[in-house]
Amino acid sequence: MIHKYDEKIALDIIHQVGAKPEMLVQILRAFVVKFSYISESAIRLIAKELNLSRAEIHGTVSFYHDFRTTKAGETVIKICQAEACQAMGSRQLTAHAEKVLGVKLHGTSENNAYSLEPIYCLGNCACSPAVMIDEKVYGKVDTKKFNQIVGFKE
Amino acid sequence: MNTSTNIFIPRDTASISMGGDEVAIKIEEIAQKEKKEVTIIRNGSWGMSWLEPLIEIEIEGHRVAYGPISETDVIDLFEADFLKGGSHPLKLGNTNDIAYLKNQQRWTFRRCGLIDPASIEDYIKNRGFSGLEIALQKGSSHILKELEKSGLRGRGGAGFPTAIKWQTVTNAEGDQKYIACNADEGDSGTFSDRILMESDPLALIEGMTIAGLTVGANKGYIYLRSEYPIAHEILASAIKTAKEHNWLGKDIQASGFDFEIDIHIGGGSYVCGEETAMLESLEGKAGMIRFKPPLPALEGLFGKPTVVNNVVTLASVPDIIDQGGSAYSAYGVNRSKGTLAFQLSGNVKQGGLVEIAFGITLRELIEKWGGGTASGKPVYAVQVGGPLGAYFPNSLLDTPLDYEAFAAKDGMVGHGGVVVFDDTADMAIQARFAMEFCSIESCGKCTPCRIGSIRGVEVIDRIINNENREKNMDLLNDLCETMIDGSLCAMGGMTPFPVKSALQYFPEDFKPEIK
Repeated sequence: MIHKYDEKIALDIIHQVGAKPEMLVQILRAFVVKFSYISESAIRLIAKELNLSRAEIHGTVSFYHDFRTTKAGETVIKICQAEACQAMGSRQLTAHAEKVLGVKLHGTSENNAYSLEPIYCLGNCACSPAVMIDEKVYGKVDTKKFNQIVGFKE
Repeated sequence: MNTSTNIFIPRDTASISMGGDEVAIKIEEIAQKEKKEVTIIRNGSWGMSWLEPLIEIEIEGHRVAYGPISETDVIDLFEADFLKGGSHPLKLGNTNDIAYLKNQQRWTFRRCGLIDPASIEDYIKNRGFSGLEIALQKGSSHILKELEKSGLRGRGGAGFPTAIKWQTVTNAEGDQKYIACNADEGDSGTFSDRILMESDPLALIEGMTIAGLTVGANKGYIYLRSEYPIAHEILASAIKTAKEHNWLGKDIQASGFDFEIDIHIGGGSYVCGEETAMLESLEGKAGMIRFKPPLPALEGLFGKPTVVNNVVTLASVPDIIDQGGSAYSAYGVNRSKGTLAFQLSGNVKQGGLVEIAFGITLRELIEKWGGGTASGKPVYAVQVGGPLGAYFPNSLLDTPLDYEAFAAKDGMVGHGGVVVFDDTADMAIQARFAMEFCSIESCGKCTPCRIGSIRGVEVIDRIINNENREKNMDLLNDLCETMIDGSLCAMGGMTPFPVKSALQYFPEDFKPEIK
């Protein structure tokens, strides 16, 4: 369940994970899980608690694909773009998804319902193409199955 | 007498992605309605991914398999009296008799599918912790000797001899040493680490503990990719269970040896699978690779001597100690000893995990196990070893799967991933993707990788568009050489291999006017 950014919850997360520089990646991950993104206020708070500069936090945030800095759509759909899925039509599936969701890869739809993201391998290569919706993985997704699984979420 | 029937339904990612959870719920629901007593066990996967969800019924000590089962098949199965092994179009017979499984040589994956990954009793019943028990009794030098005899090489891709790495860390001076398990299995077409962690997590824990005991480390980290939430859940619970049973934590089995394991989750970066980038990420930083030397074995995590091994390497160790190094090296060929868990995927009819001794050919693997392409069209190209591995044409399929035999053909066995493409694939597009992927995932530390990959995409685009073809071909070849010779790590240094192989073996795909 995604929460609105809240400084008290954020502080709790930092101290629960461990307020040490070596835990930064784990803290950022916990923030994304909780709030869907890393806000400017979150960066300030983490910098203060870990005694790091904001630039250092920014450098780490911007390095990792998972650490988005804008709010995610209510449903995050990730379509695998790597070779095994390509061999089974993930490019065509991505084009289909862009069309039906009305959003380009890396984008979030205007009503904030969907974010469509590329992902490079879900380890479900023998059941490709693979799609991850929030934290659930789906295998052998053709356009029909895609409509069905996304339809469930509406 | 217990009249309840045991039903096994895997809870690995492949099974769940194909509706395994829904099938389990449906079976429970109908069994209740029909007043049939069933016990559902969520086992690991046998690795026959194309048959997932593969469900099994235990009948008089045998397991009878049905698959792939969808939610809508469940009613039918009950009508066919599957609880008593009734016949049904999806019945596969006794699990042990399925040729795909029967013809394998399971070593590291021998418990996968067989046991409930959450059950430490199941694990121990199947010789779990026997290796660690011997290790605790006989100590470091015995373990190193057996490892050397086994000929085990790192299964993450580089194939470095494990005994030498562990010996180096053992000899290194240090008040603190670490075991860092690389579970950042980012190569496309690879999923053996995932299956192991989801199906037999205690084997990894046992392997890491043996590593700690050998080199004198009391702290281990598992660096797990964020794309594997199910593996995370299963591993975390296995660590907890192992602690509760004193197979992990303080004074393990009253031996005086302490060992702790923490899981760190990655941030969706491919390059963090490179060992030094992984160490940076474990330290909480951006995953910028480190210049080597110093080797991580001497100055690794937090500057301390560190064993960095991937999941399958570590999980192979307990049985090597239990059964002896020579039992392992009896498998395999030349300098590729033991077994490798190959992973068949992409456009292949029967995708899944095949653990077998080194030495069989790529063609045998694709035809005998894979059953050819899923589309029924001819095999056009095969990429072995992940996104940095070469694309092999049909004419190279008789290459034996052996580290050196592959290297001799500019390919790599790597992590054992085999991705099949049929003749609808366009290798110019695949070559372009190799460069594009490198530009997306490069850590940015060295120029050949950071800038070279972007220029690579542009040059390939010009070739595809037939602009100044000859000169751009020369430029691309030059660029590939620069990246190979000048990059700091395998990301930039090996990205040219899929590109060069595409150019060499599939030149017609780069000539749109001919196609």
